[in-house]
Amino acid sequence: MTKEDYSGIWVFAEQEAGVISPTTFELLAKSIDLKAKLGGKDEITAVVLGDNVAALADTLFSYGAEKVIAAENANLAVYSARPYAKVLKELSEKYLPSIFLFPASPQGRDLAPRVMCDLRTGLTADAIDLDIDEDGVFVQTTPNFGGNILSHICIMEKRPQMVTVHPKVFSPIAPIAGAKGELIVEKPEVEADDCYTVIGTEKRVFEGKPIADCSVLVSGGRGIKSEEDLAQLRELAELLGGELASSRPLVDNGWLPHEKQIGQSGTTVKPDFILNIAVSGSVQYLAGMQNAKCIMSINNFREAPIWDVSHYGAVADYSKLIPAVIAEIRRRKGL
Amino acid sequence: MKTLVFVKQVPDTDDVKLDPKTGNIMREGVQSVINPFDANGVETALQLKEKYGGSVIAISMGPPQADDVLKKSLAMGCDESVLISDRALGGADTLATGYPLAKAAEKIGDYDLIICGRHATDAETAQTGPIIAAFLGIPHVTLVDKVEIEDGWAVCRRMLPDRYETVKVKLPALITVCAEINSPRYPTPMNIMKALKKPRAVWNAEELGCDPSMIGIPGSPSSNKKIFEPPKRNTDTRFFEGDTEALARAIVDALEAEKLI
Repeated sequence: MTKEDYSGIWVFAEQEAGVISPTTFELLAKSIDLKAKLGGKDEITAVVLGDNVAALADTLFSYGAEKVIAAENANLAVYSARPYAKVLKELSEKYLPSIFLFPASPQGRDLAPRVMCDLRTGLTADAIDLDIDEDGVFVQTTPNFGGNILSHICIMEKRPQMVTVHPKVFSPIAPIAGAKGELIVEKPEVEADDCYTVIGTEKRVFEGKPIADCSVLVSGGRGIKSEEDLAQLRELAELLGGELASSRPLVDNGWLPHEKQIGQSGTTVKPDFILNIAVSGSVQYLAGMQNAKCIMSINNFREAPIWDVSHYGAVADYSKLIPAVIAEIRRRKGL
Repeated sequence: MKTLVFVKQVPDTDDVKLDPKTGNIMREGVQSVINPFDANGVETALQLKEKYGGSVIAISMGPPQADDVLKKSLAMGCDESVLISDRALGGADTLATGYPLAKAAEKIGDYDLIICGRHATDAETAQTGPIIAAFLGIPHVTLVDKVEIEDGWAVCRRMLPDRYETVKVKLPALITVCAEINSPRYPTPMNIMKALKKPRAVWNAEELGCDPSMIGIPGSPSSNKKIFEPPKRNTDTRFFEGDTEALARAIVDALEAEKLI
């Protein structure tokens, strides 16, 4: 088998209880772009595993899938790494896709490494961009070393070329009602994993609104000097009707819980407005907020990468400026 | 209970820069440390040992200086260490990294539990744990923030974005742990002294019985085609000018224009 025997772009359609994850649609949209850049011959296939999942095909067609492979077995009803990996390996060996994309979600990142290992191919982790480069090679962009450096990773000889892709870096297409494609229903033989059982789930309870759902965010970075200063940022967030968030260092400090962290290893946000205070702007952080509609920043350093994505801002020491901003807002609000 | 814990040496900085002339990564002056999540892994292993007995072996792969993270693991309380070091293993991607680590676990043998950090802070792939488990043919549980052992099973709580999921997994198994699982202990002077006397092995690829075609650059399906600094995206930032009061007024004007006040 040579790499020329493989063709087509596969997207792992992640579903839980019959609901397809939004990142699946983002990856289908990007596949349309990749297909065009590859010359238009590669078919776009969504692969969905579960119990009664053929019914999800129409949704996947409407978001850009040309073919859907629905692998159905009662033992696939709930996600489990080893049964899912076994089925994906077998499907991949049967249909020989050239590219195989997974959402970089907890499930995708749990599953894809096992599939990759079983197929003895390459898997790029948590890509923030996908492209066909000037040499015609499928390249995946990943941040490295804390995010000041980007890499183009490629898988030259082995197939499929596997990638987990960061959520929200691509936008889904507007769904096309009534779009049709080819549906293949597979009935793979697979046992449940009798060594791995989910015995309970408990909803996590968070303080405040999840930052992914906020339209206004005030975010503090490494330059915030104390928890007292952070309290001022919280006060400003409240005055603006938003929530406090942060980049990684303040979470590493233990000043804020992980769910308030913006960035690649935290949460990707798309608020209407974000104010970054003393955030330098690593690639991971920028990837986590660059799609905000309006970005304002306050930072001491004119050279900080945060300015590359900021619409407004002030090169200033936040510790004097923030109290002045709070006072000015209070004055105008008559507080 | 025999626990293996994998630890990785990573740069202690987010400020690694590219040499503008050569395009290479400038490593001078950058300190190396144990990957913080791997320190949580060591702590997890030690707490399980304190509760259920047994031994803990720390394993790392890297150049000779990677031994520093094993010294630290021993000083925290691990019983033995194994350094996998061989030029032939250099330049490995995640597949060619997971393979020799799995071979080391096989060589040690009869382990009950393998612990890794949820990801390493340098490349953040989070792949090595599941790959080791796949090579060994054992189940894995990722993102664990609580673990207990019950009659040959591990009961693990996974921390997912929206929920906690409790998983019962049969040993031997591999888990990857979150920072939330514990606070790693500091080595005490007594333990640093004791660490000097603990068994410490250094193995190369041949001693591990690695297939030469599956390690290092030849064994790596993926490769780095190029590294580059992020492109500048937006140079038309509107900068407010003036003293603190003027800046505050300009910022609040902008906030009003955005209808936030």
